[in-house]
Order: sequence, then C-alpha cells, then structure tokens
Amino acid sequence: MALLEVRGLVKHFVTERSLFGRPLAHVKAVDGVSFSLDAGKTLALVGESGCGKSTVSRLVLRLIEPDAGTVRFDGRDLLALDAGGLRAFRRDAQIIFQDPYASLNPRMTVGQILTEPLALHDLMPPAQRRARVADLLRLVGLEPRLARRYPHEFSGGQRQRIAIARALAVEPKLIICDEPVSALDVSIRAQILNLLRELQDRLGLAYIFVSHDLAVVKHIADHVAVMNLGQIVETAEADALFASPRHPYSRALLSAIPLPQPKAKRTTVLLEGEIPSALNPPTGCRFHTRCPFVIERCRNEAPALLADGTGHATACHRTAELPSADAILPAAGGFSPALAKLVAAFSQKTEGGSPAGVGIQDAAPATK
Amino acid sequence: MSASPLIEIRDLRIRFHGDDGRITHAVDSVDLSVANGATLGLVGESGCGKSVTSLAIMGLLPKQSAEISGAIRFDGLDLLQTPDQTLRDLRGNRLAMIFQEPMTSLNPSFTIGDQIIETILRHRGGSRRSARERAIELLRRVHIPSPERRIDDYPHKLSGGMRQRVMIAMALACDPHLLIADEPTTALDVTLQAQILELMRELKAASGAAIILITHDLGVVAEVCDEVAVMYAGEIVERAPVDDLFSAPQHPYTVGLLGSIPRLDHRAEQLATIEGMVPNMAQPPAGCRFAARCPFVLEACTHAPPPLIEVGPGHLSRCIRAPLERLVS
Repeated sequence: MALLEVRGLVKHFVTERSLFGRPLAHVKAVDGVSFSLDAGKTLALVGESGCGKSTVSRLVLRLIEPDAGTVRFDGRDLLALDAGGLRAFRRDAQIIFQDPYASLNPRMTVGQILTEPLALHDLMPPAQRRARVADLLRLVGLEPRLARRYPHEFSGGQRQRIAIARALAVEPKLIICDEPVSALDVSIRAQILNLLRELQDRLGLAYIFVSHDLAVVKHIADHVAVMNLGQIVETAEADALFASPRHPYSRALLSAIPLPQPKAKRTTVLLEGEIPSALNPPTGCRFHTRCPFVIERCRNEAPALLADGTGHATACHRTAELPSADAILPAAGGFSPALAKLVAAFSQKTEGGSPAGVGIQDAAPATK
Repeated sequence: MSASPLIEIRDLRIRFHGDDGRITHAVDSVDLSVANGATLGLVGESGCGKSVTSLAIMGLLPKQSAEISGAIRFDGLDLLQTPDQTLRDLRGNRLAMIFQEPMTSLNPSFTIGDQIIETILRHRGGSRRSARERAIELLRRVHIPSPERRIDDYPHKLSGGMRQRVMIAMALACDPHLLIADEPTTALDVTLQAQILELMRELKAASGAAIILITHDLGVVAEVCDEVAVMYAGEIVERAPVDDLFSAPQHPYTVGLLGSIPRLDHRAEQLATIEGMVPNMAQPPAGCRFAARCPFVLEACTHAPPPLIEVGPGHLSRCIRAPLERLVS
C-alpha cells in the first residue's frame, strides 16, 4: 500500500469579494490533482511559477484545507483527523522550505531549534534531548558543538542542513522539500542534494520534492509529476519521462533547460506568449494557448490524464500523433572523457580528507 | 581575440573599506577583454567578485568606500579616469547594463514608455514623438505583444518575463556597443529564460554588440557564450574558449563546479562537492586562494600566489598543476 494517496485534490483561493463577502473571483490554484507515493521513494512536482506545486505540498500536510479531494497517509484519512490526530500526523510528515534564512528563528540557538520538536511531541525525557540534538547535527554533517550558535552564524548551506535536522528530529516517514536548493550556490547545492539522498537511503524517507529545476529533479526523483495551471499534465517514472517526454508542455520545459554542453544537438520547443492566469484559465486544455501542436479539439475539450501499460500518464488529445521526442535531450555524452576522469579524481581526493563539519560523519539516528 | 578589443580590463583591483576599518579584497588583478560581437561569460559563486567587476566597468561603485586601481579601456577612454559627466553620457548609450531584478530596476511610478523615452531623449535628443515611436519599435523587437498599448502600462501590470524584456529594450535604446547582463534570467522560469536567451542571441546577431554575461548557471554559459572567465575569491582562476572549458577544464575549481551540477545529459550517483569554505577576503591566503579546498593541493601551492599561465590556445589557468590531464593519466 502506498504511504500517501492523494485523490482529486482541489483548492480555489478567493481573490475578490463583494461588499457582502460573496466571493467574486477565484484563483484555481489546484484543480483535481491525484497521485500516490510509496515509502522510501521520491516524487517530484515540477512546473513553472504559479502552477500550484507549492499549494499541493501544503494541502498534503493540511497546512491549508482543501476544497475537495482526499488525502490518505498510511491508510488514515487526513481530512478526518481531529487536532490530536493531526498533531500525531505531523510527526510523520515534515517540510523544509526554500529559504533557510527565513525558516529558522533568529532568536533561538540551533540547540533550541532542534529541541523544540522533541519537546512538542514529548519524544524523550529532557535529560536525553541534548544527546539527541548532537546526533541530529552529526546526521546532517554538522559538529555537535555548533548547537550553542545562532542561525546568523551559519552559511546558507549550513542553515539548510539545520532545517533538515529539525525535520528529522521527529523521525518522519515523509519530508516535503519545497525548492530546498534553489537559494543555494551550485557547489553547496550538490552537498545538500547528496545529503538528502544519503538520508533517504539510510532512514527510508519518502520525499515530495517541489522544484522548477528539472536537472535537480532528474538527479533525485523516482517519479515525476509535471503540473500546469493547477493540474497534472504528465506523470511517469523519472527515467521514462526524461527519456521520452510526451506532453507538449513537458517537452517544452525539458528543451528550455540550457545544457552545460556547448553546441549540444537538440530540438527546442520554444513557447510563445505568456503563462495564462490561474484566475481565468483557458477553456479546454489549459495549455492550448501556448501549445505548438494545438488543434481545434484542444480549445473545447479538456483532455483526461490517461495512463499506458507502464504507468506513464499524459493529459493530451494528441499523445499518439506527436513527433518523436528523442532529440529533446541528447542521449548521453555530457561529460567529455577528460572531464569525467578529472571529476572522478576530484571527488575521490575530497572524500578521504573532508574537513570537520562538512560531509556526512558516521552517525546513526537515535531511535527510541 | 581580434587585434583591438572593444573593452580591455588591465590589472583591476577593488578593495572595500568597511566602517570598522576592515579592508575586503573584492577583486584582485583581473585582466579581461571582449571583442566586438563576442559574448564573454563571467562565472562564479556568490561573493566571487563578478558583479563588482561589472559595476566597476559601469562606474557604479560608491566612491567613498571602494578603492579601485588598474585600467578599463573602452572606446579609447580609460573608464576609471573618466569624469562623471562623460560617464553619464556613456551609460545607457554606448554602455548598457541589465540587472537581475526586473522588479526593482524599473521605477514603479512611471510608465515603461516614459522610462524608455527618457533614455532616448537624454542621449539622442529629438522630439518626444519620435522617441515614442522608437520606444514602441524597441518593445516590438523584444517581442512585447501589442507594444502600442503596452507602452503606457506601469511596471506592476507586467509579468516578470515582460519586465525583463522591457529592461532589455531600455538597454538597447541607444544601440550599445557593450551590454553587461548581470544574471538576466535567474529570476525567471525556464521557458521565459529560453525566450530571453534567444532574444539576446538575436540582438547580438543583428547589432554586433559585445556582451558580458554574468551568471552562476553553467548551462546558460554553454548556450550563449564564446569565451568564459571563471572567478573565485576575487580572481580569475581560468579563462578559455567555451568548448575547451567544458571539455577539458584546467583549474580544479572549474572541475569541481562542473562536477557539482546535476545535469540532464549525464547520470551521476553522487555529485562532486567542493568541501570547505571560501577564504576570508579581509585576509586572503598568501598562496593559491583555492588551496584549502583543493584535492590536488601541493605544499608549493600555499607559498606564493600562482600566476595565470597559458596552457593552450587562449586557455589560461591559475594553477601550478595545470595541465590537469597529467594528474589523471
């Protein structure tokens, strides 16, 4: 059974009310989203700004209430939970945010930040909490002595490690990562991505990874759902999606990403026009105003998300007729032989002598 | 590079004097040149000095706290010795810049038309009517739909991508010879980024202007640049034609950067990481600034600052162990 089952999730935000409080306009932020996620796996939600991916992640945690749909976590119906049940659920599902500068309280020491979830959920007697904080810091590659410092004394990458440690404090089964590396420099981003992966392997965590960066998603996700204007337009195993994207929107997204490979041979699908407003999404297929393959039917009839035998689902009337997507990403050849050797040597040498406080030290999480 | 580059930077050094008397070495001995019609990518992580270098070219660093030495030759002038009045005539005219934040670089209380027309009138003169026509033409060139109507819009009515296009239109208003673009697409979605990059390529082909593109995104560099300079801790550590940099980098920092990005065209179980921290630029290390983080470090690296040496045609590296192929064969 899947760890998380989301069915028909809908959330419309009221943007304008009449004098008497009657809603006049809605942003259709999420409009019928369904997916499931197995324990220990990573599902990536991708799409452009305003596609609803962050709203979905907040609905899944019940940080905001959906207008319709169901969310089942470990067999429990989340929307039926009372305050106590919700609090217990929050032990199982945590979130880390994009901005590690804003998500840590500047007036609390790292030790206090990490002790708070332990105290809130009454996970262990106060006497043991200090040792647990030390374990958590080691788990994310920070030195235990840093527990006495304040967030402003850390770099962006270190703060994101602290945010991850805080999420891990309650030993969750699911962590929602909302653009966790977008604010970080490239070399720091690699450290955090490696850390998230190692933690997943070691602790069996499931991730919902919200990102607009498809290269990052390809690196970390098992399963991908591409969202456009509040709906999933394509969902598949990551390998299948990146090998042959089917929906014209997925193709456009993939072909828009500049490859770090000068003169790479590829076809590009350049979208014209602006992203339509979720206030007033287009009729029929919501992508039809920007779609290079649009036909009359797309303007009137919304396509259903239909899966083939392998679980690769696409919401497009023309799935079968579209040209091959082979040339959107070059099959391989990103690294020249010389670069591959150099990078291997670079990584090998750094592994051995990593300075204290960086890289993962050998520490298992404390379990009760 | 051609015989006489459009812009040539020689031994640029920039120091910031803090309120507490601390001196930060933001940029050290930077040499750069860009020929007409070429695009130079300036790459590096936060704080490496890439934006400060571009602000120095534009003459936009605060005079009280920034100590600048060296020479920046542009069109027969040394920009560092040029009086403010002359610089003002150059900026927005032959020398233009696009910033990262299209939200904050437009004035919210004037229409986009007013802001473009102001630039045209300031540098080109002529009637307001002809300036308005030129502004509409410029908006059309950057693919703003129905520019005759959009010209009277205020910035808040435009999306992020449109605002960035307005910024580009404004930068192009007087046909600049040199365009500096500081992270022009970082705040944008990938589909918009693709449109803006395409636009920059079109404009370069049409006008033959030189572009300095500042970015941390190596994909963007590979797609639009001819030459790349990699900066680390205020210095250029590697400079190369774009193909060479991506196929056979000659500085360990560049190797680390290329190994650390997740890529769509390559599969890696683990990404390379650059361990450690950037050195404190109030007291830069005596030897190589990357030595403390470098897996290929030798005793000699920490003694004296390594020179920028030529390791191939047009390929410079500030590493005494270059060419790096020797280390892995």
